[in-house]
Amino acid sequence: MKLTLKVWRQKNATAAGRFESYEANDVSPDMSLLELLDVVNEQLVNKGEEPVAFDHDCREGICGACSMVINGHAHGSDRGTTTCQVHMRRFTNGDTVVLEPWRAKPFPLVRDLMVDRSSFDRIIASGGFVSVNTGGAPDANALPIGKVDADHAFDAAACIGCGACVAACKNASAMLFVAAKVGHLASLPQGQPERDARAVNMIMTMDREGFGACTNTYDCEAACPKEISVDFIGALNRDYRKALSSTR
Amino acid sequence: MIRLGDGLRSSIGTKFLMAVSGVLLLGFVVAHMLGNLQLFLGHEALDSYAQKIQDMGALLWVARAGLFTLLVLHVGSALKLTRQNRAARPIPYGVHKPFQSSYASRTMVMSGVIVLAFVLYHLLHFTFGAVDAESYALAHAGAGLQVHAMVVHAFQQPIVALSYMLAMALLSLHIAHGVGSLFQTLGLNTQRTRCAATRLGKGVGAVVFLGNVSMPLAVLAGWVGGN
Repeated sequence: MKLTLKVWRQKNATAAGRFESYEANDVSPDMSLLELLDVVNEQLVNKGEEPVAFDHDCREGICGACSMVINGHAHGSDRGTTTCQVHMRRFTNGDTVVLEPWRAKPFPLVRDLMVDRSSFDRIIASGGFVSVNTGGAPDANALPIGKVDADHAFDAAACIGCGACVAACKNASAMLFVAAKVGHLASLPQGQPERDARAVNMIMTMDREGFGACTNTYDCEAACPKEISVDFIGALNRDYRKALSSTR
Repeated sequence: MIRLGDGLRSSIGTKFLMAVSGVLLLGFVVAHMLGNLQLFLGHEALDSYAQKIQDMGALLWVARAGLFTLLVLHVGSALKLTRQNRAARPIPYGVHKPFQSSYASRTMVMSGVIVLAFVLYHLLHFTFGAVDAESYALAHAGAGLQVHAMVVHAFQQPIVALSYMLAMALLSLHIAHGVGSLFQTLGLNTQRTRCAATRLGKGVGAVVFLGNVSMPLAVLAGWVGGN
């Protein structure tokens, strides 16, 4: 099949960007979007042009490095998938595929489709951990955790920090990411001692980094490749409210 | 660890203020609608109700001050959040499509601004008589307030009735998402209640729409105030 790619090209964070069109012929329906970009890049290199820069790593839907907005949808329009799981059979012959980077102020553009997501790391560093004293590792079964709690914690812990929630949100809000990280530890006994401070500090860092606020449109949940529920956002709001009411 | 004032200045804290002021303003909208629906009980019912409110004196000004404070809180927090949201995406997408968000949720700023403009128009119309002075004069023609005559005269003008109905459509859209999402914002939702909250929002929006639109519609159709 034949596809037209409309790709955002931008040399660096400060340069002006623009869409460039590339024709892709003989596209196999079994190709992933990243493989298509590989082919297009090969053509570009052979012509002596700069290849399209994009993030990718595992290419099997685990890591979430492949950050792209495809025809207006973060990671493509399918539920529970990443960009590398978007296959060309999802398009029809002659389609135009528009590829853009995540667009958010806290995700500064590095080049073409690559953005810098270290603002997420700074949010984690401000509270997304459990402080432990050094010493011998505790026995694995010393702290029993019920199946329901464990599953709930895991649902949140499935977040891979890809940033699709931010990319899909009309406000570029990071609430689903922060909610997943806070909700993961809030579901476990180890997370309890620092629970209030964690919610407050991570929210404050989120605001400071320049993310938008939540309008409860719930587009983030649909964009999330790990299908993390917006119920965690409700729980984060609850934790934050409780932290405020217990202020001294 | 955190002062309450600082906590309320964050994005979530600002949303708490918006949600609480919003639900209190909704209380006014519903009470206002129920009072107005006395239009269907004839002019004596509506006129004496209006007179009673007018006779509250100082208490009326306390209520007005309270409403004004709520409005300032609601609009102020919306302004602050909208500025933050706009700043978070300085370069717009070429193509950006919603996944599952409702039209109402994506247009809260638009519907809010139009409703605010309507509130000003509504005050100029029925409270100050600055627009459509003919209708306003009718209310103050006799001994007591003649609100029924004023409303009927105003809504007999199709452009006025239609503008009120359009404003009510947007208010209902605003309320539908506002009510549906306030439980989420205030952290009252659980997995079980989230869908119910969304449905409740749509229900409240529909009630506010039907209740308010029934009045201009009834006058326009000649069911109320006709000969």
